[in-house]
Amino acid sequence: MIGVVDYGMGNLLSVQNALSYVGEDVLICSKPNQLNEVDKIILPGVGAFPDCMKNLHNRGFVPKLNQLVLESKVPILGICLGMQVMATEGLEMEVTAGLGWFDANVRLIEPGVDGVKIPNVGWENVQFNEESLLFDGFIKDPDFYFVHSYYMDCKNEGQVEAFYHCGKIKVTAAIRRENIFGTQFHPEKSSDFGRSVLLNFLDF
Amino acid sequence: MAKKRLIPKLQLLPSKLIPGSMSLVTTQNFKNSIEVGDPVSQAKIYEAQAVDELVFVDLSYSRGVGSKEAIVNVIRKAAEEIFLPITIGGGVRLLQDFSLLLNNGADKVSINSAALEDPKLISDAARQFGSQCVVVSIDYKKDENGSFRVYSEGGSKKSNLTPLDWALKAQNLGAGELLVTCIDHDGTKQGLELEMTERICQSISVPVIISGGCGRAIHFTDGFRQTKAEAIAAGTFFCFQDQSPMQTRSHIKNAGIPIRIHT
Repeated sequence: MIGVVDYGMGNLLSVQNALSYVGEDVLICSKPNQLNEVDKIILPGVGAFPDCMKNLHNRGFVPKLNQLVLESKVPILGICLGMQVMATEGLEMEVTAGLGWFDANVRLIEPGVDGVKIPNVGWENVQFNEESLLFDGFIKDPDFYFVHSYYMDCKNEGQVEAFYHCGKIKVTAAIRRENIFGTQFHPEKSSDFGRSVLLNFLDF
Repeated sequence: MAKKRLIPKLQLLPSKLIPGSMSLVTTQNFKNSIEVGDPVSQAKIYEAQAVDELVFVDLSYSRGVGSKEAIVNVIRKAAEEIFLPITIGGGVRLLQDFSLLLNNGADKVSINSAALEDPKLISDAARQFGSQCVVVSIDYKKDENGSFRVYSEGGSKKSNLTPLDWALKAQNLGAGELLVTCIDHDGTKQGLELEMTERICQSISVPVIISGGCGRAIHFTDGFRQTKAEAIAAGTFFCFQDQSPMQTRSHIKNAGIPIRIHT
């Protein structure tokens, strides 16, 4: 059973549909204790960093996620903003503390340079670390669908599993620390490559 | 920088053949609709042919026969089977319409006539749902004096705005993307309108999708070469010709334009 964290933001249906399509049972968890029943967790997210953290706190998800992910080592995959909030802090609108699972901050992609427009919407080829579990079995430089204006700037390069270049910025596309995974792109919107990333996570 | 995008635009009207369901249709200058088939089956084929996104436009509201239930059925089914970004437009007037469509599988919602009547809808929607899912659709054509003007209600109601002024205003209010369609070129297969399009693309910092008029592969390469548009959408082109998105993509790639080649 896969638990999808429902904290009132994000397109849960797409994630649920993608998981159902690959044959997984999905539990939409709007209460923290529901997460006790699942084998793996997906933290989706669309919207702004401060709102996301506020909702996670208000609904009591933060202590539960810390307990399950850091102590019980339950595998988790953060998608888009769901990945970004795993950082130490977000610089979107105001400085907001994140979950702090990665030594990183989340900052704006500067528009204008090299024709970069934000939000950066569309398909990007990512370069992935060959050891990466999420990209196991992939061809070189696969492409995925991104929609974002902010990116995760990781202090520990070893935790960056994949990236792409946006102008001069090296944009983090996927991260991993033990049982904690994240993708900036939307696997649930990236057709068959996205499906393969989800399957690789589910196989972990 | 993200690659250029190729987007089939699936226009929908209530089916005359199967009552109660929606059909994929094509139009010419926003009129003369022709029923083509089942929209979800066709969309699934497009996914297999490696398109980048899908845009569904419900034309029934502009013809006075709209029903939220009908469009929701189409998106729900599409979202269960298709794993691509999906934009839905047509008949969106309220913030509740945004919620309804987003909750049923749309990733972006496009607004047109309602935003012209009440531009605040753009900023309200951007604040509530995020700019990334607010697409402002701009339909324009030359008026009797030969000047480009924005039209609403399926091309039937003229406004005094130029497409460029409206594009700038929509962007400033928080639109995350613009879908611009030249009514004069819609369904003609004579190529995109490039003059106004390029003026819009030059002045706008959010992504611009252009549409209306693609009939040959060269129209796509012209569109990408002669404007800074991020994406081109086409309806008729993919419905009636022996040209799949896959072939079109190769043409675009071979012209040296960065586009996804999915093998």
